[in-house]
Amino acid sequence: MNVAVIRFPGSNCDDDARYVLADILKTKVSMVWHQEHELGNVDAVVLPGGFSYGDYLRSGAMAALSPIMTDLKRFAERGGYVLGICNGFQILTEAGLLEGQLARRPQLSFICDTVTLRVENNKTAFSSDYKEGQLLRIPVAHNDGSYYADEETLRRLEQKGQIVFRYVSESGERSDSANPNGSLNHIAGIINTQGNVLGMMPHPERAAEGLLGSEDGLALFTSLLKQAKGVLA
Amino acid sequence: MREQSLREQAATFGLSLEEFDSVVKILDREPNSLEAAMFGALWSEHCGYKNSRPLLRRLPTKGEQVLQGPGENAGVVDIGEGFAVAFKMESHNHPSAVEPVQGAATGVGGILRDIFAMGARPVAVLDSLRFGPLDNDRTRYLLGGVVHGISLYGNAIGVPTVGGEIVFHPCYQENPLVNVMALGYMRHEDLQSGTVGNVGNQLIYVGSKTGRDGLGGAVFASADLSETSNEDRPAVQVGDPFMEKLLLEACLEAIEKELVIGVQDMGAAGITSSVGEMAYRAGKGVDLHVNRVPRREEGMTPLEVMLSESQERMVLTAKPGKEAELIALLEKWELDATIIGEVAEHGMFRIIENGEIVGDMPVAALNEAPTYTRQGIENQEIKDKRELPFEVDIPKDLGKTLLKLLANPTIASKRPVFEQYDYQVMTNTVIVPGQADAAVLRVKGTTKGVAATTDCNPRYCQLMPKRGAMIAVAEAARNLSCVGATPLAITDNLNFGNPTRTDVYFELEQAIDGLSEACLALNTPVTGGNVSLYNQYTSEGRLVAIHPTPTVGMVGVLPDVSKRATQDLKREGDILILLGENTSELGASEYLYTEHGLELGFPPDINLEKEKAVQQTAQSLIQQGLCDTAHDCSEGGLAVALAEMAIAGNKGIKVSLKETIRPDALLFGEAQSRILLSIEKAKLERVKEVLKVPFQILGEVSGENFELSFPSGSIAFPLSEISSTFYSPLREALS
Repeated sequence: MNVAVIRFPGSNCDDDARYVLADILKTKVSMVWHQEHELGNVDAVVLPGGFSYGDYLRSGAMAALSPIMTDLKRFAERGGYVLGICNGFQILTEAGLLEGQLARRPQLSFICDTVTLRVENNKTAFSSDYKEGQLLRIPVAHNDGSYYADEETLRRLEQKGQIVFRYVSESGERSDSANPNGSLNHIAGIINTQGNVLGMMPHPERAAEGLLGSEDGLALFTSLLKQAKGVLA
Repeated sequence: MREQSLREQAATFGLSLEEFDSVVKILDREPNSLEAAMFGALWSEHCGYKNSRPLLRRLPTKGEQVLQGPGENAGVVDIGEGFAVAFKMESHNHPSAVEPVQGAATGVGGILRDIFAMGARPVAVLDSLRFGPLDNDRTRYLLGGVVHGISLYGNAIGVPTVGGEIVFHPCYQENPLVNVMALGYMRHEDLQSGTVGNVGNQLIYVGSKTGRDGLGGAVFASADLSETSNEDRPAVQVGDPFMEKLLLEACLEAIEKELVIGVQDMGAAGITSSVGEMAYRAGKGVDLHVNRVPRREEGMTPLEVMLSESQERMVLTAKPGKEAELIALLEKWELDATIIGEVAEHGMFRIIENGEIVGDMPVAALNEAPTYTRQGIENQEIKDKRELPFEVDIPKDLGKTLLKLLANPTIASKRPVFEQYDYQVMTNTVIVPGQADAAVLRVKGTTKGVAATTDCNPRYCQLMPKRGAMIAVAEAARNLSCVGATPLAITDNLNFGNPTRTDVYFELEQAIDGLSEACLALNTPVTGGNVSLYNQYTSEGRLVAIHPTPTVGMVGVLPDVSKRATQDLKREGDILILLGENTSELGASEYLYTEHGLELGFPPDINLEKEKAVQQTAQSLIQQGLCDTAHDCSEGGLAVALAEMAIAGNKGIKVSLKETIRPDALLFGEAQSRILLSIEKAKLERVKEVLKVPFQILGEVSGENFELSFPSGSIAFPLSEISSTFYSPLREALS
């Protein structure tokens, strides 16, 4: 089992992802610089959070054109598992690996908080260790995280169970006040139709230890590690 | 018309005529304009501490925990097991007054460079901010801008902003204070010095290209703000956190691979101060090829290059023989890296342009600014305010007074500010902003935690600077004790008015004496800091000086971070205990100001031995796992502290106070050395056995109301009411 964490210039949650995988879950992790052309022999890839290239253009837009992205797309086409967190989610939509866009929050300011997510689909490689409908406490930290897609796409995402995580109130209800960024359909995380590429704005790697307030993000990584092992062997 | 001689222009370089004449004597000739400007910058208060250095020498700087004291980019303290914390605080007051977003952003950038220059990875930022009244448009513009700037820079570079404080007072109306503290983790063996090392070593410039931005910033920061200060906007730089992130990673990698022997940030006065200081520390000279400095603009003169304060630039001294490897590493991080100079035996700072010497100054003289010792005299008006007796009526409805205090922006929740900061990136943040009196971060790979806080009550410091400064240190240490940390050391940011005024000099001297006394008593030496003078503003001929504000930034260590305390009440039935004693003191309190509009009287008395005993009691109870809930009594006194605990935990209390001192002092007085604890009933007997300081049981955690009775009356509110009063002022101001 080997997981690659891609480092773009300006990534800043790269080491947090590495820490959860390597130090907590004792998995082999390779840090891959964005200028590389090959991912190497890996079972899964994480695109971490941060401000790639400073996000001076649209968030994720420059990173989506990095040299490593060519091999990442090939990897995803072959069925390799790819997880994009926060800026990683933005990069995946910019690269066309996931549908929709992440727009600026209507409040226009950065938000750092811990929110409640509901697991909408636990039949994915990234959520099999959760129960369907399980409520998770996971931190968010972003400005450009308001999920947008056209109505047709939203309908399809809903029908095909591609919405994996949704923002809900602490009691599990959909409510606008529990939606930290005005995401359409309260979407926090989606998966592609093939089920191997997931993007989410909340940070599961920040919720992997009781010491930091929540362990609810850990099952996402354990699900992924179970599923990804040897898939491409 | 006769051309002005250079001497006549001395003031434009920030030099007095006497200082100009000293330069002539040092050089044994007239300086040229480049040299005059370099002396002016390095002899400015900001770089040369010419008014404060004799006083700063009084501060205690030694202790077995201190690995690096003042004089380097940042101080460093030992936290055990081979780990150390580098930390420092610095001001960006004047830039933030004229351009709040970039002023604050570059303040964050500058202090972070100081941390990684020491070989430490920055892990946290705290901000101590001071503004005018919140109900003012300019304050809201400045507050919004400063918060946005901190958020832009800190969030993007990926260092969490974990704490700090915000105080609102009219004296900061035109001259806000933006003091930024940063800390970083390192291994002892990675400790760096900002040095050029030995003769022949190559100096490498890395980072952003040099532009005309920030020209004269050090001089700008060392003069009064005025109505024309907005014309100095070009003296404020623009920050690029993306570039800094690359610099940070590149420098740490170069240190880890042992490719450098010296690392230095280019801060105020740019290349002049960075290379000048590095040479001075090594006792060597430097040949600096100014034409090799990468430039953003055409046609820049040597003077412009030498004094530019363009952000995100560093100077590295390459390890001999490793120059090519170092440059290759820096280029991997997509950074411009150029050899700009070489270390020489001659002891001069020699500026060379295309082979021609255009500036030649002794390194030592440049770095040894003349110092001035003045006679401070206390302002009689302030003395009267403090010492003349006063009387105030006890308000009829003390409940209403409590609500007023909770709605006072200085006391009210800062949540709407903190949530704009990424306080969790790096996955170390164990105690998040607003949850306790200090921030706590874990140290990965150990059981340890590091706690940090900033503190200063400017009203105390105005009325009695020495006692005010002592209380700033004591309260910072009390904040750390309330999370269970043992205080280690401080960094200080001395914000004062114009030191050539006798009353301001008096305040500075007194405050430094107060810091010294408290730091000695609490064993928290000073490891560095920053002096920001000239914080005053002339408006329509009227001079408005800020209250003396010696901000204290303190760090401490928790041996086992799983044993810590926060301020939120946790369990129904817990027993509320007060350590320390209530007094009838009212002077200088937030209550007098908020309820009666008065700022007078003696700040609360402080006995450092009693303070230490109370703090050690709290630390020991928390570290033994006997207590997980603690909060100190500060602005607003006992009633406000209890309300904050109830609001944070969303739990009611039933408290009965028995003392017969006047009720406004009992509820809102700011007697020092008091800590509130909430103890599980089952642990109460064991706790009592440990207590060696005066204490009293106040009541218990119960229900959903805030109920407080005292001999002459009572206060009762539903939690939801005090909670919304506490949370709304900043939410409304920032929306």
